[in-house]
Amino acid sequence: MRIMEDVEHIEKEMKLIDENGLRLDGRKPEDLRPIKMEVGVLRRADGSAYVEWGGNKVLAAVYGPREAHPRHMQDPTKSLVQCRYNMAPFSVTERKRPGPDRRSVEISKVISEAFDSVIFTEQFPRASVDIFIEILQADAGTRCAGLTAASLALADAGIPMRDLVASCAVGKIGDVICLDLRKEEDNYGDADMPVAMVPRTGEILLLQMDGHLTLMEFDKAFTLVKDAIGRIYEMQKEALRTRYAVTAEEFSDQTENQPYENREVGQ
Amino acid sequence: MESGPVRREIVIPGERLGGKDVKPGRGTFAEGDEVFSSLLGIRSEEYGRVGVIRLSGRYMPAPDDFVIGTITDRGASYWLANINAPYPAALHPAETPWRVDFGDTGRYLEVGDTILANVLSVDEIKHIELTMQDQDARRLTGGQMVEISPSKVARLIGKRGSMIAMLKDFTRCRILVGQNGRAWVDGETKDMSVVARAVEIIEEQAQVVGLTESVRAFLETEYGMRAGPRPG
Repeated sequence: MRIMEDVEHIEKEMKLIDENGLRLDGRKPEDLRPIKMEVGVLRRADGSAYVEWGGNKVLAAVYGPREAHPRHMQDPTKSLVQCRYNMAPFSVTERKRPGPDRRSVEISKVISEAFDSVIFTEQFPRASVDIFIEILQADAGTRCAGLTAASLALADAGIPMRDLVASCAVGKIGDVICLDLRKEEDNYGDADMPVAMVPRTGEILLLQMDGHLTLMEFDKAFTLVKDAIGRIYEMQKEALRTRYAVTAEEFSDQTENQPYENREVGQ
Repeated sequence: MESGPVRREIVIPGERLGGKDVKPGRGTFAEGDEVFSSLLGIRSEEYGRVGVIRLSGRYMPAPDDFVIGTITDRGASYWLANINAPYPAALHPAETPWRVDFGDTGRYLEVGDTILANVLSVDEIKHIELTMQDQDARRLTGGQMVEISPSKVARLIGKRGSMIAMLKDFTRCRILVGQNGRAWVDGETKDMSVVARAVEIIEEQAQVVGLTESVRAFLETEYGMRAGPRPG
C-alpha cells in the first residue's frame, strides 16, 4: 500500500529514464515487459485466455457463434462481433465505479471493429460472436493486452479468422521513443500509441494516439511497435501450440471415427 | 509430394499451408496463390486438397450428422429444435415417420421433447433442416442427457467405439452419442450418474495421454472388476 501511494505522488519532473538510458524497471527503450499467456482457462466459455503483461492481468472469454439477440440486430449476410471491455473495480488504485463508462465503451467499440475485419463473419449469417475482456489488474496498455488475450480466446473457440491479432503500445518519454509503457511512464510520459495489426500482412486494425509525435518520431515508433507485434505474435502461436499439442497427438488415431457407428440399432 | 507417415501438425489461424501446388479445402482460405488456415486445428490432406480439422469450437451442423435435439417451438406444420448449433433447426412433418395433419403437430412432438434425428440439409444462409426418416430416429423418453464439447465427441466414442463400448460394459446403460456434443444415457439412476461423471473425466482430460486407462480406473473403482461381455 505504501509503495502504491508513493507512485501516485511522483513529480512530473521525475526521471523516467536514467543516465544509462534504462527505464524505471530497468528496461531498455525497445524492451517489452514480461508476458505470460495461457489458453483455455475457463470451462463454460467456448474459448478463453489469460494474459499477464507486466502488471496487467487480463482474462478474455469468447462465446459463439451463437444466435444474435435482440433479433433486430441480426444481419442476414454476416455475423456480428460484439465486444465488452470491462475493468474490475479492484483493477486500479482508486476503486473504479463498476459498469461501462465513456472509456470502456470506446475501447469495446474499437476492439470489436478490429476483430470484425479478421473474423470470417460471412460464414455465420444472423449470428453473433461475443467477446468479453475483463481487466483484473491494470498497469497501462490494457487494451493491447485485452486484444492479445481476446485473439487467443477466439482461436480457442474455433472461430475462423484470417490471422491472429497481435497488439502492443509504443510511446514517448521525454524525447525517447519507448515500447510498451507502464503506468508511471504512461501518466508522466509524453505520448502513448496503442497499435493492433494482422501480423501476417501488416494491416493495421487499431491505432490510437494520446499526446503528440512528430512525423519522424511516429515513423520510429511504428517501426519499433511493428517489431514488437511480431514478437507477441510468436508468443501467441507458442501459447496455442502448447495448449493443443497433446490433443493433436491423441487425435491422430481418431479422425476416421464416425460417431454414429455406435448407434444401437433396433432398440 | 511428401510420402511416409501422415503428419499431424497443429496449425493456427493465418498459418500458411501451401502455395500454388495445393488447393484450399475445409477450414482454409486462399489469398493470391497462397493457402492459409482459418482455424486452429490439425492439417489434413484429402482428395488433393489441404484442409484443417478443427480441435475446438461450437457444433456446426453438416448434412447426415446424427444429432440429439430438443423441441423449442412448434407451428401448425413444423417444429423447431435446438441442436446445440448457432441456429434453430426445422423439422417438417414430411420428414417424420408419422402422418401429421395440419395443425396437429402437438400430438407427435411437444415443446420440450427430445428427439434423435439426422441433419437433412444446411443451406448457405444456415437454414437447417432435420429428418427423422431413419430407423433409429425417434422421440426419446426416459434417460438423461449429458453434454460434452463437440470437438471431444471423438474421444467419448474412442477408437472404433472402444471408449463407449467400455462405458456400456461397465454401466449397463444405453448410450447414444450425437455429433452435436450431446449424449443420451438410459439405465439405473446410479449407473447414469457414473456415466455422467465418466463423461466429465473425458471432457477434462481429453488432451491427456492414456485417457482410456484413467476412465477404466474410474469405472473399476465404481464397480470393481466387471469383466466379460455385457449380459443380454
